[in-house]
Amino acid sequence: MATKIFKHLQTSVVPLPIENIDTDQIIPARFLKATTREGFGNNLFRDWRFDENDNPKEDFVLNHPTYSGKILVAGKNFGCGSSREHAAWAISDYGFDVVVSSFFADIFKGNALNNGLLPIQVSDEFLKNLFEAVFSDAHAEVEVDLENQFIKIVSTGEQESFEINPYKKACLINGYDDIDYILSNKGLVEEFEQK
Amino acid sequence: MGQTLFDKIWDAHVVSNNEGFPDILYIDTHFIHEVTSPQAFDGLRQRGLPVFRPKQTVATADHNVPTWDQHLPIKEELSRYQVDMLTKNCAEFGVELYGLGHPYQGIVHVIGPELGITRPGCTYVCGDSHTSTHGAFGAIAFGIGTSQVEQVLATQCLLQQRPKRMKIEVNGQLQKGVGAKDIILYIISKISAAGGTGYFVEYAGDTIRSLSMEGRMTICNMSIEMGARGGLIAPDQTTIDYVKGREFAPKGEEWDKAVAYWQTLYSDADAQFDSELYFDAADIEPMITYGTNPGMGIGITQHVPETASFEAKEQGSYAKALNYMGLHDDESLIGKPIDYVFIGSCTNSRIEDLREVAAFVKGKHKADNVTVWVVPGSKQVQIQAIEEGLDKIFEAAGFPLREPGCSACLGMNEDKIPAGKYCVSTSNRNFEGRQGPNSRTLLASPLTAAAAAITGKVTDIRAFLSESEFAEF
Repeated sequence: MATKIFKHLQTSVVPLPIENIDTDQIIPARFLKATTREGFGNNLFRDWRFDENDNPKEDFVLNHPTYSGKILVAGKNFGCGSSREHAAWAISDYGFDVVVSSFFADIFKGNALNNGLLPIQVSDEFLKNLFEAVFSDAHAEVEVDLENQFIKIVSTGEQESFEINPYKKACLINGYDDIDYILSNKGLVEEFEQK
Repeated sequence: MGQTLFDKIWDAHVVSNNEGFPDILYIDTHFIHEVTSPQAFDGLRQRGLPVFRPKQTVATADHNVPTWDQHLPIKEELSRYQVDMLTKNCAEFGVELYGLGHPYQGIVHVIGPELGITRPGCTYVCGDSHTSTHGAFGAIAFGIGTSQVEQVLATQCLLQQRPKRMKIEVNGQLQKGVGAKDIILYIISKISAAGGTGYFVEYAGDTIRSLSMEGRMTICNMSIEMGARGGLIAPDQTTIDYVKGREFAPKGEEWDKAVAYWQTLYSDADAQFDSELYFDAADIEPMITYGTNPGMGIGITQHVPETASFEAKEQGSYAKALNYMGLHDDESLIGKPIDYVFIGSCTNSRIEDLREVAAFVKGKHKADNVTVWVVPGSKQVQIQAIEEGLDKIFEAAGFPLREPGCSACLGMNEDKIPAGKYCVSTSNRNFEGRQGPNSRTLLASPLTAAAAAITGKVTDIRAFLSESEFAEF
């Protein structure tokens, strides 16, 4: 079954310079009662974004009219905590295609990749410069090239290459799916079970 | 060169390792629950696939269930729908379900071990990050996302990159009043909430070895709180004694064969780890967290760290955490009034936890300012607690024993801590809003939680107990 394809992107970014953003912040547990994958974007960062009366909090970046774009940039250890894939669904559903951080939690990274959401791990230095670029110009654009594995701050030209597992890269570029791959090896699985 | 325990088990489960691809890893048992499985079953329907090995799939309802009146229909509509969906999916795909009312129902990481489903040398996954708990038996167990739940339902396999290996050794004698929960909170406070990311941890050393299986489960359970995908402990006689005779444990000849294999499961003396850490048990105090991730913990007599002690780029996040918690630099937590105590979760809701709490609160009464929730990990734990008369002790102390589920650990059901209130909790996460919007969580051991229930404030269990009372533990 084909999944979302990702190859290249150039957009402005949304900065969230907070460390250790856990999946309970991305999508609180009380919103995990849905039985489909859609609609989680409405509750992305729910308790940071809205007050207890559901009014938008003006000081939160997603409510700030200046910042927009398809790339979320966050502090280190993004996506720690619960394995809920709803976190990746919420970020995608809101409209992001890429998350940039200097460090990702393992399960979140895997969940993101399985949903066509590209997690890009950059150096502390690059992250700092990226935040500076966007805080000095909210419309600063960033280019992401998956094929050639680099991310670039367009205004300054500063670029950095990023790592990605070659199999996962091929999945994103071609829309391949893990289940199709394992099913193509079903004979081996059955053979293994006989051992 | 020798092999680590982790590699021995991993290698025995590799179906295929094609160059340029992650390994195809065979999964012995797949646990599922109501919250992270509905979209996976939908995926199977869309693909027209059955569950590949339904007999190796075990389902229960735990995350989203009430902890009162479980015999009645669930009141909250969305929760009821989600639990009903699990029942429907299990029936349609031929998966055994230990649903509400079933004698085996309970938190997925409590029921697997108590039913003898969790065993050394096997691989376990579940759409829940605390699947690491099962590693206590010398197994590879870790949490996965829903796309991977679908993958395992469809193929009984998982496409997975082999992680790095870390060894954490704890040696020496624990102080009185210090237990497994304090050990793991201490380790996480030392290496941070991200210190284990990319690794699978093996816990070793004589302190770890001296723990009961339930203590070992508490340790492995919180591996994910340092970012590690999982943690495991080599099986020994304690492990074998625990598994023997349980409902689904091997019997007769199969048992002897299994034990012979389990005895080969240890890291060779010359095995290489990618990282090794050593801790002295004597350094560990009763622990408590003060911040909004499990790495933000201190010994109970210590003070909240100063913001200035952190690197400049970390100070913003640190100040945000303290502000959320309503705490300030250099504050001592001892004596701080609290509002709630939660004893439960896959970390600390087993019979030993309840016994320890009962032994402490027996003949005492909770403080007036505190609401106490004791939630057993499973129906079997609940029944055993009643058989041992623990429910009477709790009742007399001013808090009834509730019914099993994940409850206030994540506040998916109605068991939520109100905004601004402090809860001393035996669960595993103190994230913002984890136990309810704007709730404030202080993670601690069952003993420290029990002491807070009685005094109504954060209490050093060592000062509270006389030497003679300690003898009971």
